Amino acid sequence: MVNKGLRPGAAKLMVYALLVLWACTTILPLLWVLLNSFKTSDEILMQSFALPHQFNFTNYWKLGEYGNINIVKGFANSLIISGSVVLGVSLFGGLAAFILARFKFGLKPYFNYLFVICMLLPQFAVIIPNFVIIEKLGLNGTYLSVILPQIAGNLSFAIMMMTGFMASLPGELEEAAVMDGAAIWKIFYRITLPLSLPIFATVSIMVFLWSYNELLLPLVYLPIRDMQPISVLLSLVSNAYGTDYGAMMAAIAISILPLLVLYIFSQETVIKGLTAGAVKG
Amino acid sequence: MIFQDKRYIVLFLAPTMLLLAIFLLYPLGQSVYYSFTDWYNFSNTKHFNGLANYRQLIEDPVIGIAFKNTFILVAGAILLQAGGGLVLALLTDSIKRGFKFFRTVFFFPIVISGTAIGLMFSLIYNYDYGLLNALMRAFGWGEQVWLTEKSAIYLVLIPILWQYVGFYFVIFLTGMSKIPEEIYESATLDGITGYRRSIYITIPLLRDVIASCLTLATAGALKVFDVVYIVTKGGPLNSSELLSTYMYTKAFNGQNAGYASTIVIAMMVLGIVITVALNRLVKKEAAGY
Repeated sequence: MVNKGLRPGAAKLMVYALLVLWACTTILPLLWVLLNSFKTSDEILMQSFALPHQFNFTNYWKLGEYGNINIVKGFANSLIISGSVVLGVSLFGGLAAFILARFKFGLKPYFNYLFVICMLLPQFAVIIPNFVIIEKLGLNGTYLSVILPQIAGNLSFAIMMMTGFMASLPGELEEAAVMDGAAIWKIFYRITLPLSLPIFATVSIMVFLWSYNELLLPLVYLPIRDMQPISVLLSLVSNAYGTDYGAMMAAIAISILPLLVLYIFSQETVIKGLTAGAVKG
Repeated sequence: MIFQDKRYIVLFLAPTMLLLAIFLLYPLGQSVYYSFTDWYNFSNTKHFNGLANYRQLIEDPVIGIAFKNTFILVAGAILLQAGGGLVLALLTDSIKRGFKFFRTVFFFPIVISGTAIGLMFSLIYNYDYGLLNALMRAFGWGEQVWLTEKSAIYLVLIPILWQYVGFYFVIFLTGMSKIPEEIYESATLDGITGYRRSIYITIPLLRDVIASCLTLATAGALKVFDVVYIVTKGGPLNSSELLSTYMYTKAFNGQNAGYASTIVIAMMVLGIVITVALNRLVKKEAAGY
C-alpha cells in the first residue's frame, strides 16, 4: 500500500515495520517460553528476558512424575489416542468416500447432506448425551471413550475431502481391472487407495492436529489420570506445580514442540488443509 | 467408473453411519430432550419440566454476563481476527520479498493448542513471575494484579483473538491470489494505485471470501472453551464466563445437566441466527470478475 503523501520508500518501510511487528507477537512468546524452560524459577523472576545462564534440562527431567502428573506418559497417551483417531478416520472415511465417489445409488444426495450437517455440528452440542452413551456402552475408563467420539467428529470432514479427491481420479485403471475380473474390494485396495495417498496424508495431518489439541472431550470423557492426553495434563499443571514456573515452561514447550516440527515439515499441507477444513465443527 | 453393487454400499458405509448415529445424531436429539428436563448429577431420574429451564435461562444473571461476553468475543473475532487478517493480507500483497516468511510465522499460533496458549498467557499475566510484571519492573513501574473482575474478559480475549488472525490472513491471501492481474493493470492505467487500489478493487472483489470469513469467525468464537477454561475458569466471580464454560460448569460440576443442555441449545440457536444475519448483510450484492 503506497501512501500518496509519503515517498514510496518510506511507505514500503512502514508496511514492513507493521508486518515485522505482528511477526514478533507470534514468535517472541514462543521464544520466551522456550528460553525460560531452561531456567530456574529464581532466574525467571530476576531475568525473564535474558538468555539462560546455561542450558540445563533439569526442568525437563522433572516432568516424568512431578506433582503427580506424568507429562511423558501424557504425551504417550496423546500419541495412542490421536494415532488411533487418525487410523480410524482414514479407514472408515476412506471406505465411505470410495462409495460416494465411485458408486451410483438413489440415496447418495442425502448422504452428502448428512455429512455436511455432521461436519457443521459442533462437539459441545453432543457432549452431555455422549457422556451418558459412553457409560452405557461400557466404554468408560478406556481409551475408546475418547477415540470413538473423536473419530465420529472428524469423519464427515475427512469424507468430504476424500470424496472430492477420489472423484477427480481418472477411471481407466479401474475399468481395466474390472475387465480383468477383479473384485471391487481389490480395486479399492490395490488401485484407488494408492492413488489417493496424498489426500490421506492431508487428512491425517489435520485430524492429528485437531485431536492432539482437543481439551474438552478427553477432559469430560476420560477422568483417569494415567490415561489422559497431554492437553488435559497441561490444564492441571498450573495448580499442581505451584510456583515452579520453570517446570511449567518446560511442560508447555514439550507439548508444542512436536506440533511446531510437524508444521514446519508439512507447512503447505497444514495451511491448505486447515483452511479447507475451516468449517469443521 | 461407476459401480452399483448394493452389498458394497452397505458394507463400506456401515462403520461411518454407525459412528455418526451413535455419537452425533442420536445425542443431538437427546440434547434437545434433556433441555426440557431437571437432571441433577447424571442420576437415573430425570424430570420433565417443560419450559422451566428456558425461563431460568432468561432470568439467570450469569447467562446475561456470558451472553454479553460471547457477543464481545464474536464482535472481536469479526473486527480484529477477520479484520486484522484482511489488513495484514493487504499489506503482504503489496510487498515482493518475505511473503513466505510472514505466512509461515503468522500461522504459528494456530497449530498450537488453546490449552498451551492459555497456560502461556496465564504465565504472562501471573503476578509474581509473569511477563507483564517483569516488564513493569524493568521500566521501574509498580507490579499489578492483571486479572480483575473488570479486566478479565478482555485479557482472556487477547490470546483468543491473537491466535487466529493468521488463519484469516491465509484465507484472504488465497482469495487475493485468485483476482486476475488484468484488473489491477487496467486500474493502474486509470491511475488507481496504493491504498485506493485496496479499497476500490481488492476488497469489493473479496466480498464472498469476506462473507465466509465472517461465518467462520462467528462459529469459531462460539466454540471457544479451552483458553478461558485455563486462564480464568470463567472467574473472577463469573466475570469472564462464556456460554461454553458456563455450560461445562453446570453440566459436569454436579449441577443440572438439563439446564446445561438448554444452554447448549441456546448456543446453537445463537450461532445460526448470527450466521444467517451476517450472510444477509454481506451477500446482498455479489461482485463478479
